[in-house]
Amino acid sequence: MNKVNITIDGIKLYVPENYTILQAAKEVNINIPTLCFLKDVNEIGCCRMCVVEVKGSKALQAACVHPVKEGMEVYTHTPKVVEARKVNLELILSNHNASCQTCSRSWMDCELQSLANKLSVKAIRFEGDKKRLPMDEGVSIVRDPNKCILCRRCIGACKNIQTVSVIDTMNRGFDTVVGSAFGRKLDETPCSNCGQCINVCPVAALHEKDDSDRVLAAINDPEMHVVVQTAPAVRAALGEEFFMPIGTPVTGKMVTALRMLGFDKVFDTDTGADLTIMEETSELIDRVRSGGKLPLITSCSPGWIKFCEHNFPDMLDNLSSCKSPHQMFGAILKTYYAEQQGIDPDKIFVVSIMPCTAKKFESKRPEMQVDGRPDVDVVLTTRELGKMIYDMGIDFPSLGDSDFDNPFGEASGAGVIFGTTGGVMEAALRTAADLLSGTSADNFEYEEVRGLEGIKIANIEVGNVKLRAAVAHGLGNARKLMEAIRAGEEFHFVEIMACPGGCINGGGQPLQPADQRNWIDLKAERAKALYSEDRKMFIRKSHNNPAVKKLYKEYLGMAGGKQAHKLLHTHYAPRQNYDK
Amino acid sequence: MSEKCTLCAEAQENAKKLDAIIEKYKDTDGALIPVLHEAQDVYGYLPLEVQRTIAEKLNIPLAEVYGVVSFYTQFSINPKGKYKINVCMGTACYVKGANDILDKFKTRLSIDVGECTDDQKFSLDACRCIGACGLAPVVTINDEVYGKLTADDVDDILDKYEDL
Amino acid sequence: MIKNFEELNALRDKAVKSMEIRLERTDITPVEGGKIHILVCGVAGCVSSGSLKVAEAVEAQIKVHNLGHDVKVIKTGCFGLCAEGPIMMICPEHVMYTKVTPEDVSEIFESHILGGKVVKRLLAGEKEYEEIEDRLPQIPFYKMQKRIALCNCGIIDPENIDEYIALDGYQALAKVLNEMEPDEVIDEVKKSGLRGRGGGGFPTGRKWESSAVVKEHTKYVICNADEGDPGAFMDRSILEGDPHSVIEAMIINGYAVGSNQGYIYVRAEYPVAVQRLRIAIKQAEDYGLLGKNILGKGFDFNLEVRLGAGAFVCGEGSALMTSIEGKRGEPRPKPPRSAEKGLWKKPTVLNNVETYANIPQIIRNGAEWFANIGTEKSKGTKVFALGGKINNIGLVEVPMGTTLREIIYDIGGGIPDGGTFKAAQTGGPSGGCIPAEHLDTPIDYDSLTKLGSMMGSGGLIVMDEHTCMVDLARFFLDFTVDESCGKCPPCRIGTKRMHEILVRITEGKGTLEDLDKLEILARNIKASALCGLGQSAPNPVLSTLKYFRDEYVAHVVDKKCPAGVCVSMVKYIIDTDTCKRCGICKKGCPAECISGDKNTPFAINQDKCVKCGLCMEKCPFKAILKNA
Repeated sequence: MNKVNITIDGIKLYVPENYTILQAAKEVNINIPTLCFLKDVNEIGCCRMCVVEVKGSKALQAACVHPVKEGMEVYTHTPKVVEARKVNLELILSNHNASCQTCSRSWMDCELQSLANKLSVKAIRFEGDKKRLPMDEGVSIVRDPNKCILCRRCIGACKNIQTVSVIDTMNRGFDTVVGSAFGRKLDETPCSNCGQCINVCPVAALHEKDDSDRVLAAINDPEMHVVVQTAPAVRAALGEEFFMPIGTPVTGKMVTALRMLGFDKVFDTDTGADLTIMEETSELIDRVRSGGKLPLITSCSPGWIKFCEHNFPDMLDNLSSCKSPHQMFGAILKTYYAEQQGIDPDKIFVVSIMPCTAKKFESKRPEMQVDGRPDVDVVLTTRELGKMIYDMGIDFPSLGDSDFDNPFGEASGAGVIFGTTGGVMEAALRTAADLLSGTSADNFEYEEVRGLEGIKIANIEVGNVKLRAAVAHGLGNARKLMEAIRAGEEFHFVEIMACPGGCINGGGQPLQPADQRNWIDLKAERAKALYSEDRKMFIRKSHNNPAVKKLYKEYLGMAGGKQAHKLLHTHYAPRQNYDK
Repeated sequence: MSEKCTLCAEAQENAKKLDAIIEKYKDTDGALIPVLHEAQDVYGYLPLEVQRTIAEKLNIPLAEVYGVVSFYTQFSINPKGKYKINVCMGTACYVKGANDILDKFKTRLSIDVGECTDDQKFSLDACRCIGACGLAPVVTINDEVYGKLTADDVDDILDKYEDL
Repeated sequence: MIKNFEELNALRDKAVKSMEIRLERTDITPVEGGKIHILVCGVAGCVSSGSLKVAEAVEAQIKVHNLGHDVKVIKTGCFGLCAEGPIMMICPEHVMYTKVTPEDVSEIFESHILGGKVVKRLLAGEKEYEEIEDRLPQIPFYKMQKRIALCNCGIIDPENIDEYIALDGYQALAKVLNEMEPDEVIDEVKKSGLRGRGGGGFPTGRKWESSAVVKEHTKYVICNADEGDPGAFMDRSILEGDPHSVIEAMIINGYAVGSNQGYIYVRAEYPVAVQRLRIAIKQAEDYGLLGKNILGKGFDFNLEVRLGAGAFVCGEGSALMTSIEGKRGEPRPKPPRSAEKGLWKKPTVLNNVETYANIPQIIRNGAEWFANIGTEKSKGTKVFALGGKINNIGLVEVPMGTTLREIIYDIGGGIPDGGTFKAAQTGGPSGGCIPAEHLDTPIDYDSLTKLGSMMGSGGLIVMDEHTCMVDLARFFLDFTVDESCGKCPPCRIGTKRMHEILVRITEGKGTLEDLDKLEILARNIKASALCGLGQSAPNPVLSTLKYFRDEYVAHVVDKKCPAGVCVSMVKYIIDTDTCKRCGICKKGCPAECISGDKNTPFAINQDKCVKCGLCMEKCPFKAILKNA
């Protein structure tokens, strides 16, 4: 890369020519405030917060998108610049529903508030008309357009990254809003509920539907046996809610906190993941051997499932019929576990702590029940759990470690890595290799499916079978891969996760402000936590999980058998886009 | 019954026309806006079904289509009246009292700008300069241009259309 | 199909014969195509006032008098005197009739065409010029004008390519393809000193050059015909009156920068312009002047018309390009410049209609000829659309450096109804006001910028003492707020706040602090809005604050609107000395707020008055005064 000489605030720099002014300034420890800018998601220079003076330009320039150029002279904090930023921020604030005292974002992570602080905005001089629009409260996602500051990051996530494209900029001028076609509620659009829009929102214009009250009510009901299960990705990120470093695994503290919250039992969804692997691997082997529909495509990610139903209705037969791990586990809890413990299944209340907003929607799908009972009663996000822990006055970082409850106890490392892209594939390969060869392989870390490449393709020999596999994460990549498959590209096994990076970067995970996300890859840091947990595990393959073995032996019979099908499998149906 | 069938036939006819429009522009770069223009010529406005068909066939997300429609003032998601009144609000017209004329239309028709009378006869819009500044203030009703107006002329003009 | 230069010349030589009587040549020997040509303006304002019906009436009269061989009617482009339309001109004598109605036509035939006697009551200009020899140039309106961009308007039939070719049309293209290398074309344009006629006045040659140097296979040239400034209609007139001049220029532009595809982005509000352009493109294609291997020289160029859909912001270059791409017309930050990454991320040159209309003549007559017209840094002429409180509302084209006074008084005929000039507004919503003290400033790009206004596309609205400058600023901000794309906060929210403050002031609720706020907002929107339109949006406020601050102060401190426009501050008072106590005002008052009878003086109850002004209108003795 060619380099160029530039000057920022009198400091001479020699930087790569593809740098923006923002990047160059960071090199010399000058922080230029940003608001709409989010690396790789939204690079449109619209909020005018990062404006700087560039010698020779009459107007101020947006540092976030302005490329450096040989001989350029930049001034980042002149009076003209400082005033413009402040006035613009005051203008944004003047049209923002600043109900900060009661806002879900104000307590720790509102980027607008922190910017107002950084720029020392002491009063809003330009009050005037404010927009007043109705809220959109969906099953998974809530939109509050009155808090929206039109940074358009959510559109970047929904349209450019995910290609779901159900929200966009509507109207113009002062009436501009981020919304859906014809002002529809998100639930009436092909929204996948992935929640990536929430993750990138700097304010509380987008947040998950808060279901913690229902959980508290169940806990406080002496009649109810309240069981909680936690997804693998939650432990990789929950610490962030308590300002612990990104990528700190907090499994033990999390279990302790959940007990303190009053849950009767604390289980690990990884057990459900191990079940999923048993079922899905058997489905894969069956389809490969019997010439069934290929590729087999994973179905753990409910955002992906809804996306597929809307966009690839012709390819639903490729989807694995397996329910997602927590739904499987919920079904087991309300049947096997209930019988075993002698509890009336109607009195069992299953709570799933998930990194995911789409799972809220998933748990309400009519298919996700057995004998009229929903497998899972409430899904909470990692963020909602964090909030409950705060509410109950628990000093999370100081907690000691505890273990998950029996009878399910510790799951396998394969279940843990489910939380990151390539994890489900790797877990399945670990099991498939052993099942097909009838031995126990020692080399079972499949590097070729790890990492953050958008679409990963690998040719893998498991047992004596050669498998061509593909892994896609993020729905934009999923769309590309599915279009290739539709056009005839052949694979045996395909893993798709709706969120970029997989569940670790799910729509329910702790929020990190742009000034973190612009410089650190959250996905990579959180994935590291899961892979390190995996390595620490005693059991690292799903089929070696003793609880799972026992479950099949005592209750389910064969993987893929009749009982397993009733409890652990589901079906899909094409969905209309924008029906009347 | 027969009236309903006329409507059906018209709907089918329009759907055919829409398909033909989309087909015509399918391979044109930046086809959306030309398609919307011509679709609006057929339907008079751009309701959900029309936008959905366009979105699907041009492979553009409906939210984006709607975003485009809602950006440009020439596109409407509401039906317009049989007689579309446009009061020019360009500078030349404004300086010469276009506001009074607009107000007169509003009172006489009891509708606001952007609205349509209950009988679907008139719709009222304030438009951008139509470049007929020499005749300021100017009003257009469909393709008819009325220039050098005063508020008093409004009644006479509307009476003419009421009788049609 | 014209295959080469020779065929083009042959066609020209043939076509010009039938047009000679329309040209102001002394050696007129009309031969083909009739002895008399009746030109009827077929664009914009005249069409709106019914010129097409006049043309029909002429056709009918030709039939009635069986003059098919001798008299020909031609629908031409704009003559400029739009407020006097429909305009008719009779050639070869070049007598201009104004406000012609279909009913007048038979008289024109009997008296003028058949009787050789002009119809005096319909004559244009001052009535002493009524002898038949008095030709167009003698009318004061035309005396000081110099028509380059508009040179064919009012002479040729815009729907007939032969007439364009007859007057040396496509000769510039032929010259370029025959004799010039692309960089020579750019040099010529650079030397001419031509600057962009649509906005900021960027040198056209340099614009072309910056795209020409980019090495890419696909490039685009675009004509910006999204003339959005309210009160501006010069581009419309050129497109409707002389569309081929723009097409020819775009082909030349394509050749110069290495582009084979052009787009003309036209406002959908200009249906006639769109139709004429389509006809013109079709004719040029049929003649092989567009398409493959133009004039046998191996250069290909295609041209497509794209319609806007009602968004002022699409006049901004990058917004226009996103609009052509089929998206919301929102500007994007620059760099990258359009010359490098424009339409579909390809190198793109964008010029406006009037800029292009100058190109063929610059090529034909040479850069020097053009550079000799105008001022040091602003060469050539500028078309202005005169509007507002001025007698000769219409289109004028004057050399750069003509003073405002000359335009308004000598050409524009001054202010009607004995009004006093207060200010002229140029540059539309991006421009500003020029007060009387600067009437003698020679108008060019730089002088206007220095005065806090801008050339813009050339709208020139004249205001008299009945215009309230605060209200005018409010009007422009109203427009800006309406037309803001909404992408960046300074424009989306900032202009809204400015507008709210201005409304407050015009409603008599403003404070001095509001004036400070206006200035802070204006300063920061100018500095930090994303696009040029946003950055210039505060100009109408800044310039009125600069020149008419006392009016603002009168509104906020004295709660008075000196021009008597701002309704809330208007006060109607009965002058008891003039009042004859007739009672007409009392009878007509819809608010029943006038008291008085034969014995008691009449008075208006200010609390109840709705300020409709009816009493003042009705008073036969002019005893009711506004804001006295």
